[in-house]
Amino acid sequence: MEVLFDSWVLPILRVSTPLIFAALGGMWCERSGIVQIGLEGFILVGSFFGAVSTLYFNNPYLGFIIAGLAGMALATLYGIAVLRYRANQIVAGTAINLFALGVPPFLSKIWYDSTGSTPPIPTEAQFHVAPLYLMIALVVICHHAFYYSKFGLRLRFAGEHPKALESAGVSVGFKRWQGVWISGFLAGLAGGTLSIYLSSSFIRNMSAGRGFIALAAVILGKWKPIPTVLACLLFGLTETIQIRLQGVVLWGTEPVPVQWIQILPYLITIVVLAGAVGRSYAPKGLGTS
Amino acid sequence: MSDNLMVVRTSFIQRFFQSIGVSSFQALLRSLIKSFAGAGLGLAAGLLVCYYAGEPPLKILKILYQSSFGSGYDFGMTLYYTAPLILTGLAVAIPFKAGLFNIGAEGQLTVGALAAAWAGVLGAGITSPFLAVLFAATFAFAAGGIWGAIPGFLKALRGSHEVITTIMLNFIAAGMTAYFTLYTIKDPNSAQAETIPVPESFFLKPYEVFNGAPMGNLIWFLIVLAILMHFWIWNSRWGYCLKALGENERAAETYGITKQRVWVSSMFVAGGLAGLVGLVEILGNSHKFKIGFSADWGFVGIAVALVARGNILGVLPSALLFGMLQKGAGSLDLETEKVTRDLSYLIQGLIILGVASEGLWDGLSRFLGNHLKQRARAKQTGGTK
Repeated sequence: MEVLFDSWVLPILRVSTPLIFAALGGMWCERSGIVQIGLEGFILVGSFFGAVSTLYFNNPYLGFIIAGLAGMALATLYGIAVLRYRANQIVAGTAINLFALGVPPFLSKIWYDSTGSTPPIPTEAQFHVAPLYLMIALVVICHHAFYYSKFGLRLRFAGEHPKALESAGVSVGFKRWQGVWISGFLAGLAGGTLSIYLSSSFIRNMSAGRGFIALAAVILGKWKPIPTVLACLLFGLTETIQIRLQGVVLWGTEPVPVQWIQILPYLITIVVLAGAVGRSYAPKGLGTS
Repeated sequence: MSDNLMVVRTSFIQRFFQSIGVSSFQALLRSLIKSFAGAGLGLAAGLLVCYYAGEPPLKILKILYQSSFGSGYDFGMTLYYTAPLILTGLAVAIPFKAGLFNIGAEGQLTVGALAAAWAGVLGAGITSPFLAVLFAATFAFAAGGIWGAIPGFLKALRGSHEVITTIMLNFIAAGMTAYFTLYTIKDPNSAQAETIPVPESFFLKPYEVFNGAPMGNLIWFLIVLAILMHFWIWNSRWGYCLKALGENERAAETYGITKQRVWVSSMFVAGGLAGLVGLVEILGNSHKFKIGFSADWGFVGIAVALVARGNILGVLPSALLFGMLQKGAGSLDLETEKVTRDLSYLIQGLIILGVASEGLWDGLSRFLGNHLKQRARAKQTGGTK
């Protein structure tokens, strides 16, 4: 039993943690009616600033919060373009991702004279389990806020039926700003998890597509909190299997090609989108502003 | 834009303006202002950031300029970066005419490039350079096209949103091509992850004036291709269906256009064009498929199409702008202390945000429009006096 926990349950939970943070953020944003392709960029910027501030303050908790704030700052840029100046949400999201690719190398050259990585974080300043507990707490809070709070109900209406919300005297624009900020903050935390918890420094392009996997999880989870978390765990499982099978010879003489397992999350998402395993419906007002 | 659907007798000049997507000279000016102002704002913001790195922005601008046009080699390299962007820019702009967002050019060009390299392995016996290039081009276009048509089919048959499916297909393309590169057509004589080099008959010869920069006749082919695409879209039945669907889906359907067919065909053409990046990279430059060869061309293609305001001919200058940026940024590593080539990501992102933020330019273009109108009126009243 303990072997099972150590070799499967814990690793799956660990690799799913950043996915869950980012996916829950993306879910709130999409539920408010704003398409969120920029998660990847928020994660990247969050993981860089998380590592930098942890190194600076020698305190992972402070670094973690700054990671979230960094994601939120980039989300503000996205919000200004999309909500204030009516930029197309998909185009602006792509722009955010490109922009975020340049931020860490630009700053790390100035601060550390390196091309896109930070010095290692000392062991005593690293997280050991805290993000795991925070993640579980977040899931509970999100589930509760989503279904049983005024905030959650109104935010969902901003995405589902903005006119109804407007006529109830609530600003749709501000609800959407909140959605954008939540996604930036939580995706930033996901980045912090990557650099402070799952590894010991920031490395170039650390997010490696996790923002898009998180987005896939939101779709697979039909824009609902618990199913989204389950989808993240499924993708965490495929990642764990892929790490486990690296270089393992199962049949013949060649090691198992991990590329096929790597693409599983994306394949599953397409199959689900094609409606093979129950349709996934987007919020009605998504992408309209 | 909606007046494009109306059949009206128009002068040649009006027709030309319509064909580049604007209704009059003033509208052309307005859309040029938006593109220039957006791109200028993005570039300026990106350069201002360099103050933080202790480099004067003007110096960076000078380096960017000299590194893209300074010598024959530099200009050849600029064209080498421009060529894929012309193709990916078209690959985004064409489906956009039909109202589709192709975020998948990156995956389509990866698949097309692998197909071009694979064509070299399969067609090793072809000695005629013309046939060899044609063979590889057909492979690249077909592979990229099929990859592009998948999201079109999924949207047509199951209603899956193309943005999500193309993003997912980008990752699937990366994984699949990595597998084929490592296991199926891997170069046994190389320690790198790359495919067997294509035979010499497949090589595209670069011009000698470029002093070794990998660009030759291909750039003319691409320019002609873009011009032909422009005329095809503006003078063919297919192009008409495309635009009608993009302008007003319900009206187009009432008119008898099958939207599913247009979705699939436009995504096939777009994917095929993106796949032709294989010609630039495999036949023109490295002669083999290397994992991760693309400088995010598929995503920058979105920026190219955006700055061109979805106009097919506008893709050419817009691709050159981003080609200059990508080439120029390469010299920043050597010529400055603290600014690296990664600055180009910052600038590209900011340019997209600047051009995409429609609302930023409303005031400016309204002001200029009123100004022009007033001047015209002043002239008129001046003439009657």
